[in-house]
Formats: sequence, C-alpha cells, structure tokens
Amino acid sequence: MKRVEHIDILTANERKLQKISKDNLLALGLKEMKVIQRYYKKKKRNPTDVELETLAQTWSEHCKHKTFTGKVEYRSFDCSPASLYKGKREGKITINNLFKQTIVKVTSELKKKWCLSVFKDNAGIIRFDKDFAIAFKVETHNHPSALEPYGGAGTGIGGVIRDILGAGLGAKPIMNTDVFCFGPTDYPFGKLPQGVLHPKRIFKGVVSGVRDYGNRMGIPTTNGSVFFDEGYVYNPLVYCGTVGILPKDKCFKKVKPGDVIIAVGGRTGRDGIHGATFSSLSLNEDTEVSAVQIGNPIIEKKVTDTILQARDRNLYRSITDCGAGGFSSAVGELGEDCGAEVNLECIPLKYAGLEYWEIWVSEAQERMVLSVPPEKVKEIMKIFAEEDVEAVIIGKFTDDKQLHLLYEGETVCELDMQFLHKGGPKITLKAEWKKPVKSSGQIKIKKENREGLTDTLKKLLAMPNIASKEWIIRQYDHEVQAKTILKPLGGAENDGPMDACVMKPLYDSFKGVAVANGINPVYGKIDPYWMAASNIDEALRNVVCVGGDIEQTALLDNFCWGDPRKPDQMAGLLRAAQACYDMAKIYQTPFISGKDSLNNEYVDAQGKKTSIPSTLLISAISIVPDIRKVVSMDIKKAGNLVYILGETFPELGGSHYYLLNGFLGNNLPRVNPQQAGKTMLAVSKAINKKLVQSCHDCSEGGIAVACAEMAFSGGLGMNINLTEVPFTEKKKDDSTILFSESNSRFIVEVSPAQQKEFEKTMKDVVIAPIGKVTEEKQFKVYGIKNDLIIFADIADLKKSWQKPLI
Amino acid sequence: MKKVKAVVLRTAGTNCDEETVYALKVAGAQTKSMHINQILKKENPFLNYQILVIPGGFSYGDDISAGKILANELKYKLYASLKDFVEKGNLVLGICNGFQVLVKSGLLPGITVMEEEQLVTLSGNDSGKFEARWVYLKTGKFKCQNLWTKGMKEIIYLPIAHAEGKFICKNKLLLDKLKKNGQIIFQYVDKEGSLSGYPDNPNGSVFNIAAICNKKGNVMGMMPHPERYINKHHHPRWTRKKLPEEGDGIFLFKNAVDFAEKNLV
Repeated sequence: MKRVEHIDILTANERKLQKISKDNLLALGLKEMKVIQRYYKKKKRNPTDVELETLAQTWSEHCKHKTFTGKVEYRSFDCSPASLYKGKREGKITINNLFKQTIVKVTSELKKKWCLSVFKDNAGIIRFDKDFAIAFKVETHNHPSALEPYGGAGTGIGGVIRDILGAGLGAKPIMNTDVFCFGPTDYPFGKLPQGVLHPKRIFKGVVSGVRDYGNRMGIPTTNGSVFFDEGYVYNPLVYCGTVGILPKDKCFKKVKPGDVIIAVGGRTGRDGIHGATFSSLSLNEDTEVSAVQIGNPIIEKKVTDTILQARDRNLYRSITDCGAGGFSSAVGELGEDCGAEVNLECIPLKYAGLEYWEIWVSEAQERMVLSVPPEKVKEIMKIFAEEDVEAVIIGKFTDDKQLHLLYEGETVCELDMQFLHKGGPKITLKAEWKKPVKSSGQIKIKKENREGLTDTLKKLLAMPNIASKEWIIRQYDHEVQAKTILKPLGGAENDGPMDACVMKPLYDSFKGVAVANGINPVYGKIDPYWMAASNIDEALRNVVCVGGDIEQTALLDNFCWGDPRKPDQMAGLLRAAQACYDMAKIYQTPFISGKDSLNNEYVDAQGKKTSIPSTLLISAISIVPDIRKVVSMDIKKAGNLVYILGETFPELGGSHYYLLNGFLGNNLPRVNPQQAGKTMLAVSKAINKKLVQSCHDCSEGGIAVACAEMAFSGGLGMNINLTEVPFTEKKKDDSTILFSESNSRFIVEVSPAQQKEFEKTMKDVVIAPIGKVTEEKQFKVYGIKNDLIIFADIADLKKSWQKPLI
Repeated sequence: MKKVKAVVLRTAGTNCDEETVYALKVAGAQTKSMHINQILKKENPFLNYQILVIPGGFSYGDDISAGKILANELKYKLYASLKDFVEKGNLVLGICNGFQVLVKSGLLPGITVMEEEQLVTLSGNDSGKFEARWVYLKTGKFKCQNLWTKGMKEIIYLPIAHAEGKFICKNKLLLDKLKKNGQIIFQYVDKEGSLSGYPDNPNGSVFNIAAICNKKGNVMGMMPHPERYINKHHHPRWTRKKLPEEGDGIFLFKNAVDFAEKNLV
C-alpha cells in the first residue's frame, strides 16, 4: 500500500507557499495559503495531498465565487451609477459581497411567492402550477471548449443537465438552450497565435458536441443564440442551459447523518482532473487538455431514467451531481452540515492506476451522488441494477462535522467541514471606472441614397449576428418529448426567427413556459451597466412577445469576464451587477440562479494578455398561462395594421449599423424600466385578450431588421412610414430611426377589427401605427420626407438573411 | 369490450418513449412502457399484448450503427416470442430508431416473417448531418387496404429528426417487390404531393421511401414521428393557420388500436 503523501507547508515561507500552489495547480492565492498554513499549525501537522486538493477545489473561484462574495472598493470618475452613489458626489464605495448586495438582494426584496428555491440549489426553482415546479439553470463551459470544442461543449450540456437532475430531489429535463460566442469565422489564419484553434473549427466542434449530447439525451434544444466578435477568438464562450419539471413536493432535500452515500453512473477516470481550478486560471499555449472531461450521453440518459424512478418512490433524501471538483465538491456540499466518511477504494474506476487524490477530484462525467436511508438501499440498488446502471456505496454521512477520507483502510484526509466551507479568507478587490475614451469625434456615415438604405438593410440582415441560424437549429432535435409549442423557427415556410420558445411541460395541461435570452457584448465595450440593462430588457421582451406573463417571469445571470483583479474589469463587473439589481427591482423579475466564469483571458507566448469582451447572458423564463394564446413573430394577413410600441431614441452606439460601418460609438441604448415595464405589461394583456396577430421585438438592426424579419417570415409584404415613429429628438434622420437599437420596443400586428380595443389596452404606452401588411410581397419603407427609402422583394431580403453561416 | 394492450419497449438511449406512450393512450390503448431487461426476464413477454412499439431515440448510443445492438437483441434473444407475436397477426410499429431496429433485426421488409439476412437499410442522410424538419408524406396507393393508413388524408405532415434515415434496398428486384406488394406506406413528397428532392426528401431515400410494412401488413416501420403531431399545437404553423384539433399523427395510432380491437382482442 502506498503511504499517505504529506506536503510540507508548516515551515514554508511566502515564496514557498506560492510555489506549492502553482506547482500543484491549486490556483490558491497567498492569503489563502497562509490561512491554510495557520489551520495546520494548530493541528500540528502538515496537510495531506488530498486535503490540499480538496481545499483548492472547494475554494476555487469556480466553486466559491470569491470575487462575487468578496469585498470591492469601487471608484467612479462620474459617481455613477447613481443608484450606488446615492447622491454622493465623490469618493469610493465599499461593497461587501457584491452578489448578496445586488442579485440576491433584489430577489429577497421582491418576495415573490412563486420563487420556491433560489440560489441555494443546483438550479433555481419556481412554481409552475399547484402540483409542479420548474427548475432552470444555465452554465458555462468555456475553457474546455477552447481546448477541445467537441468534448468541451458536449460535457457542458451534460453538466447542466445533471444540475437539473440534481435540483431539489431531481427534475426531469424538458428543454435545452445554448448560447455561443465565437470569433469571426473568416478570421485570418495568419493572425492566430500558436495553439489557438480557428473560430470555424471551434464553431463546428461546439455545435456538433452540443448536438450529439443533447440529441442523445432526448432533450429538445429549442432556443439559443450565437454572437460573433473578434474578442472571442482566444476564448470562445459556451453557455448551456436546461429547464426541468419536478413535483412541487420534491423541491427540497436534506441529508441525515447515518445515510449511506451512493455514487451512481459513470466511472471515475483521469479525465477532468483540476477542471475547477483550471477554469480559474488563464489559458495559455501549454494548458493541459487532460483537464477536459470525456462525455457519454447514454450513461447520463440511463442515470436520468433510473433516478427519476427512485425519486418517485422516495428512496433517497438528497442528491447532487459531480460537477466541478468531482466527489470533493459533491460529497463536501452534501455533508457540509453534518460530516461525511468516504472509502475512496470503493469508487469504480475506468482503469487502474489512479492516485487516491485523483479519484477524489476527478471530474469524470455522468456521476450523481445520493444520500440514501440505510433501509432503502436494497430497493434503490435494484432499480439501478435492472437498467444496467452502476451504483456503489462509497461511504456514509456522519454527525461529527468532519470530512473523513480513507483509502484502503488508511485515513488520508481529516478536515473540519466548517473550515472547508467557511474558512476561506475574503478577498478584497479594487475597482475603478474611468472616463471612457470617446470614439473618434462625430461619426460620419456617407449619406446613403435610396438604393443605399435597401442595400444597408440587406447587409445588416447578412451580418452573422443577425443572419439565420438555421444551419445550427436543424441539427438539434427541437421536438423530442412532443412538448415544443413554439419552435425556434416558424412562419409561412418554417424558417423565421421566433423570439422565444414555448414549451408545454404536461400533456394534460395548457399551461406553458417561455424561455429566451438577452446578450449583447458590444454594448459592454461602452458601458457594462447599460449592457446589463439592455440584456435584461431584451430577454424580457422576447418572452413577453410570445405570450409569457411578465408578472411570473424569473431571470438567470451568467457573467463571463476577464481578470477581476484588474480594476477596470472589476468596475465593469460591479456596474453590470448593479444594473441587474436596478432593473430587476423595477421590472419585478427576480433572479433565481446564476453563474460566473471569470479569468477568461489568454496569455500568449510573449506574456501578453487578451481578455474577452465583458459578457453577460441574461436568460428569462416565463409562465405562459395558456399556450393556446401564444403569438409568433411572422405577419399573418394582408390589410392588418402594424404598430410600434415604445419610443425610439438616437441610440446608435454599439449598434450593428455602426459596426457595419466600422464604428463603435458612445451613445448606447439605455433603459427606462418604469416605462418599459408598462409597455411589457400592456403587451402581455393584449396577447391575453387575443388582440395581437404577431409581435416581434426590436433588437440588433433596429426597426428595419425587425419589420423585415416579420415580413419575410410571414411571406407577405409590408409598408412602413417613418414619419409616424415616435422619436425623441426634433432633429431626425432616416437611418437613425431605422437602425437605432433603443430598448423596450415592439412591432405588433393588429387586425383592423380590433384596432380600437388594442389601442385602449395600450393607453399607458407610447404607440403609433406605422404601416400595413400588404398582399404584394414587397417591403417598402417611406422616410421622414415621405420618400421611398427602402424597396425590396421579401424573397431578396430573406436570401440575404439566409446567407450561409459557415 | 376488452381493452387493447400496447407495450412500448425501451432500453438505454431510448428517448421518445414518454410521448409514444401518451399517443397510444390517447388512441385508446392500455399502454405500458417496459425496459428490455424486464422483457428478457419473462418467459412469454408479449403474451396479452396486441401492439408492440419500438420508439425513437439512440438505442445504446447508436454505436456500431443506428439501432444495430437492439436489433441483435431482438434477433438473438427474443426471436421465438417475436416470431410468434408477428405470426399471430399482432401489430409491431417501429418509429425512427425503432424503424432502424426493425430493418436490422429482419422484421422488415418481412417478405418472410423474419428475414435471415438484412435486405434493406437506413443509412446516413445525404446531407451528411442530423436534421430536424417537417415533411409532407404521401400515403401509399394501397392505403385503403392498409390497416395503418386507412381513412387517412392523401398527404399528411409530420416531423423527422434523424442522422441515418436514407432508405436503401439491397437491389432493384426487392424494390419492385415492395412496390408490387404495396409495402410502401409513406413517401416523402412536396406540398403538392409530387415526389421531389431535398429538403422535401430530407435524407435522399430511394424512391422517397419514408415508411414500409411487411408483406402481411402488421409490422410497420417509419422514419417520421407520428407521436410528435398529436394535436394542432404541435404543428409548426398553428399560430397562423386554422387547423383541426387532432394532428395527422394520432390517426396512425387510432388505426392500430381500432384494428387490434376488431381483430386481436
């Protein structure tokens, strides 16, 4: 038998401590190493290797969210955001625990009764109806996807599915949503540094990885989006989300001392060692690929099938998945309040030769951990055996508040749960918001002639962020389980872009859920505060468009950022988080779960660091009271009226119109949540009264793109008149009205017979009739001087929009 | 009247079992979903059942080739009871992965009850990738005689979702036989009902074949998913069109249950 390995830290000086952390890939800072040293000095012994690994996994940024729970000292040149400075004219603001002060705070202040479980479990859980609840979680799997796109993305979706299976006492997954951020697919090969995969290869690999895992799991992928930006060449982002349904009386779990610990599913191998700590470090050309896990969806499917049977027969008291940190995190979390004892040699291995610490921290996939009352062991084991799922007893939960690990009879780890979970030091970060550099003076875009604006519209439609994603969507089964009511593509020829998907989770009920996302990292380059606000607005607009009830809508946040130790990065993070609080408070849409992935930066051979654009994905989930009232975005009938809801501002900063012309700009879209909330409520009401024939939100590309998409998706023409569009400035021009990306706007199609009632429903909202649906298949826009400025066949517009992605 | 009993067979990687069970229940059959391991333990597993459905999914991950492992289990472990089940005129329906299983186990094309060797296959789509889309299907010209499509519209609409769905016959002779015997149940067509190419024929199937039955007609395999169009809200254009409440897919299950009720219970 191998002797237990101890690591000498008792006598180590600061430099040595740092070296130990670095050499063992622990990703622990000096402050943390010193706290550990102090702990062991009291214990009068050195830590074992597995103890140090356990602490590193548990205290990793990935698991502990040190940045979000730490202390931030923030300064802003203009004392913004005002909600933070509260009238103070200067100085710094100190925030203890950013997460609790913003995202968690808004949820607790809103006190929504339908929020059943928030921020505690593997997923957020909301009420669905009197018997059922809905769980939703979105995860990131960025670092692995950069190194091994297919496997990285596949295990990304595999991981979030297990989060749903491990939410409450286990939810049945009913849909997936995927959002990807890649570098441009035409990025020059010559510019790629050594070791970085080309965006095209990453794109294809990620799409097939998610496809092969999601399709095999039998979970429809019904929603998603893709964003291309040069900032993602080194670090692509892969967000995977899953929605599940579970009985309302199965939303909570509690381990009891004396319960048996059972590991279910995949075997443990050397794949995914140090995943949690590795994702807390920057990537460089030498980053090890062994940190990427290897997935097997059929094992996960079998695990899902059997666990749901065991759940319904009440055979376990608690459950969680092995994600980042492997057993170390899973058993560590479950046993936090009581204690646990594990015999590492009982854990089934893929192959011989693993060190005991590797067994403990391996992130091999498809594993779940259950807390099973001893008298139920026989029955639960039978369920697993009947469907060829491997399940073994690996230990028990105790009441001594210790984490006790044994390997072949010898103690290899004895840690206080209290120290493991609460002992980590708080970190302090500095954040500074500096005056942004104004982009080069007044932006001048050549005055377009008539032909010009039609051409501009076509070019916008063909921009990869706006263009059709059909190539991806059709590779994903979006109808398995027969619960998809509004599919990702729809309209006269099943190829128009729907705003959100709608699922009908129960066969015998007309209640549904709508899911959508909001993401726009371009705005983040100007100000993360308004990026966050815009993304929330966008996600909400999308669910409202299809018939989601704004008053029963919950949000998820997913921050992907660079290195938070850089004051400007941290300032952006803080501003975005503050916007989450400010907006959600007024919209009355609580956050129920979230995730952050920091340190998304690449260090090249010369040591130059490049971080990703600060990116926040907001996902919204809404209850749809009656799916029979769901509305799609394709226009329906010639003669119907076209309305715009919400005001248009001259907000071209960060717009795709500017990007097309090579500018970024400054004046990015802002949000007035009070007014926006009213608009959304009115839309919800109008849809509920069946006064809306089609509805689409204005996002990238503004009014022009939104109306064009509605027209060609419906296979009908449209006449639009810009003179009618409510615009906030006296000085106006056609291209600003057409392409400004101001938030909180909807384009709505209304039948003439319902015009009066529709307008009555909209009495608190800025609205204007701006055009008509026409029989002839042409898209016509008249400018502010009443001249025809855009004229195109809808077939031509569609052709531009369907430009191949790859 | 005695109730028709249906069994939905599932195994590792099956994933359309839940909605298939639902469709059968809506059609009026008392339905149970059973794992292959449970079935293998029984002496006479299909006794008392009149309908066996092998639903879609990725049985055993579609390792080796789609449906192959489950097909071998049927062929080598359940041969006698399946043969008996089919010979007695009971119904077998394979959907998507289930169709792949039926052709690889020899239950289809079923010129004899269980073919010794594989005569037809479903190979990789011409497009080279997994595809999910809705397709128009023409019911074969023998539809009035065929128990599955009796009374159905000339052209129906159903979704497909597969990577390996291209129907190929061993030789032309066999194809002619299938035509002559009226074994071709559905063909991929365009909106108007004419045979056409991609994407109307989503995988490049020979003679646009989407579904076939055995010679006797009681074993049927199809790539499209009837269980995914049970009511109008499954239709991709229900938000813009007046549609009947019931979807095209449910009639297939109803026909099967009706037939079983009249002839098998």
